[in-house]
Amino acid sequence: MTTPLHIGFIPLVDASALIVAVDKGFAATEGLDVTLVREVSWSNVRDKLNIGRFDAAHLLAPVAIASSLGLGHVKVPIVAPFNLGLNGNAITVSPALHAAIMGEIDGDPRNPLLTAQALSRVVAARRKAGAEPLTFGMTFPFSTHNYQLRFWMAAGGVDPDEDVHLVVLPPPYMVDSLANGHVDAFCVGAPWNSVAVDLGIGHILHFVSDILVSAVEKVLAVRQGWSEKNPEVLAALVRAASRAAHFIEQPENRAEAAGILAKPEYIGVDAEVILRTLGGRLKVSPDGTIRESSRYLLVGREGAARPDPAQAAWLYAQMVRWGQTTMRPEALKAAMAVFRPDLYDAATGQPVRAASGGDPIGAFAGPAFNPDDIAGHLAAFEIGRWKP
Amino acid sequence: MSAESSPKIVIVDESPIRAAILEEGLREAGFTRVVHIREMQSLLARIYAEDPDVILIDLENPSRDVLEAMFQVSRAVRRPIAMFVDQSDAASIQASVDAGVSAYIVDGLKKERIKPILDLCISRFNAFSKLQDELDRTKSALEERKVIDRAKGILMKVKGLTEDEAYVLMRSTAMREKKKIGEIAQSILTASELLK
Repeated sequence: MTTPLHIGFIPLVDASALIVAVDKGFAATEGLDVTLVREVSWSNVRDKLNIGRFDAAHLLAPVAIASSLGLGHVKVPIVAPFNLGLNGNAITVSPALHAAIMGEIDGDPRNPLLTAQALSRVVAARRKAGAEPLTFGMTFPFSTHNYQLRFWMAAGGVDPDEDVHLVVLPPPYMVDSLANGHVDAFCVGAPWNSVAVDLGIGHILHFVSDILVSAVEKVLAVRQGWSEKNPEVLAALVRAASRAAHFIEQPENRAEAAGILAKPEYIGVDAEVILRTLGGRLKVSPDGTIRESSRYLLVGREGAARPDPAQAAWLYAQMVRWGQTTMRPEALKAAMAVFRPDLYDAATGQPVRAASGGDPIGAFAGPAFNPDDIAGHLAAFEIGRWKP
Repeated sequence: MSAESSPKIVIVDESPIRAAILEEGLREAGFTRVVHIREMQSLLARIYAEDPDVILIDLENPSRDVLEAMFQVSRAVRRPIAMFVDQSDAASIQASVDAGVSAYIVDGLKKERIKPILDLCISRFNAFSKLQDELDRTKSALEERKVIDRAKGILMKVKGLTEDEAYVLMRSTAMREKKKIGEIAQSILTASELLK
C-alpha cells in the first residue's frame, strides 16, 4: 500500500533531498506516493502546511520555530526531523558596492570582520555625502538569511535597523532588483547568487560559512500533530530524504542530481549553475574568479541532516537579539523542541551520538554559543534590539 | 455605507482582469474605497502611502513574503498589521487558500467587518478561476477545430475526398482506435509534415 503525500517546496537547490527522493524513486521504495508542489512564497508554504493542504514542506528553519511559538502568525507546532540544507546562502553585492568595500578594506577580503568594518566606513562616507542608505535584500523576516546579514554587518559596527535598509524580496526577484539598483546587496540561497555573478551584475562577497561555520537554513517540516499520528510515514519520508541526500553528496552523482534539479518543474535553471553549487565550486566574480569551499551547501554530508537543538536555540537567540520576540525560557525550550534528532535517529536507525560539545555555530565574532546562557551570550553583542 | 465608514481596501494582484472583477464586486457591496496595486516594485512604500485597512493578495504572487515583513517592528508602519487568520475560523482560511487569495487586516478593524470582504473575495476568485478554465477550454477547442480543418484539407487533397467524407474517415478512425478526433487530425498533420 502506498501513502499519498503532498509536499510543498520553493525552487532552491537546498530542496534537493526532497526532489531527488521523489525523482529517483527513493520515496516510492519507502511506500510513499509524493506529489511535490512548487510554491512561490514562504508564506504560502507555511500556510498550506499549517492548514493541512501539505503533509510536509521544505521550510525555512526559523519559520518552523516562529510557527511553533506563534510569532508573526498563528501558532501551529511544527517538528523538523531532518535538515535539508546548511550553509547554502551567500552574500552578493553590486559591482559598485564591491568596489567601495574593496577600497576601504584593510586586509583579507575573505575575513568577514574586515569586510563588515569596511562596510561600516562605506556607510559612514555615504551618510556624510548625504547619499541614501544602502539597501540589502533578504528572503523573509524569519530566515537565516536575515540573521546572517545582520550578524555580519553588526560585527563591523553597522546597525542593520538604523544604518541600512533591510528589505524582503522573493528569491526570483533578487537578481533583477540588484540589476536595477533597487537593492545594493542581498543574501539568498543557491542558485541565485551564481545567477547574478553570471549576468555580471554581482560579486559574491561571502559564503555564509565565512560568518557561521554551521547554519541550518532549511528543514523538512511537518505539523507536530501529524507526526504523532503518522510516525511510520514520517520515518519513511526521513529515510527517503536521507538516501537522496547521500546520493547527492557522492561526487559521481552530482551531474545527475543537477540534471534532475534543473528540470522546469523543479528549479528550472541551467544544470551547470546547479552543479557548481552542489560541488561548492562557485564563480564569485564576473571576471571568472572561482572560489571553492568544502563548507558550502551541506546536503547531509558530515552529519548535516541530523537536527541539532542547539541550532534552534541560536536561531531563537537571533529572534530575541533583533526584537522579533522577548527572551522567555519556556519559549527557548519550545524552540529547541522543534528540532528532533530523536526522530531522525529512529528513522535512519543510526546510533545516537553523544553531543559533540563545543560551539555548535562557530560564528566569526562574539563568544562561543551556549544554549544554556542566551542572555549572557547576547550581552556580548553591542548592537541589537534586545533589552535584558 | 459612507466613505468614512467604508474600510480602505488594497488589492495586490498582477492580473488586471481578476483585480477588476474583485474590485467591481467590492464596490457593488458598498466598499467604495478600493485601490489596485499591480506594480510589485516598492510594494511596501505604496502600501504605506495608501494606508489601507485591508490588504488582499493573490497566492500566486511571490510578493506575499514582502507583506509578511510588515508584521515586523518597523517605524515606517503607522499601525501594526496582523493577518486575518484566527484559529477559530479554519473553514474561512481553507476556503481562501483554496480560492488562491490571502487577506491581511490592519489591527483595529473588527472581525465581523472583515468576514463579508473575505467571503466576497473568495467567491470572486473562484468565479475568476472558473472563467479562466472556460477560456482555456474554449481556446483549446478552437485550436482543435483548426487542426481538424487542416487535416480535412489534407485528406481531401491526397485522397480526393469531399469534406464530409474526409470528416467521416477521421471520425471512424478515431472511434476504431479509441482516440479523440483531434488526436487523429494531429497525427495526419504530423505525418504530412514528415512526408513532405
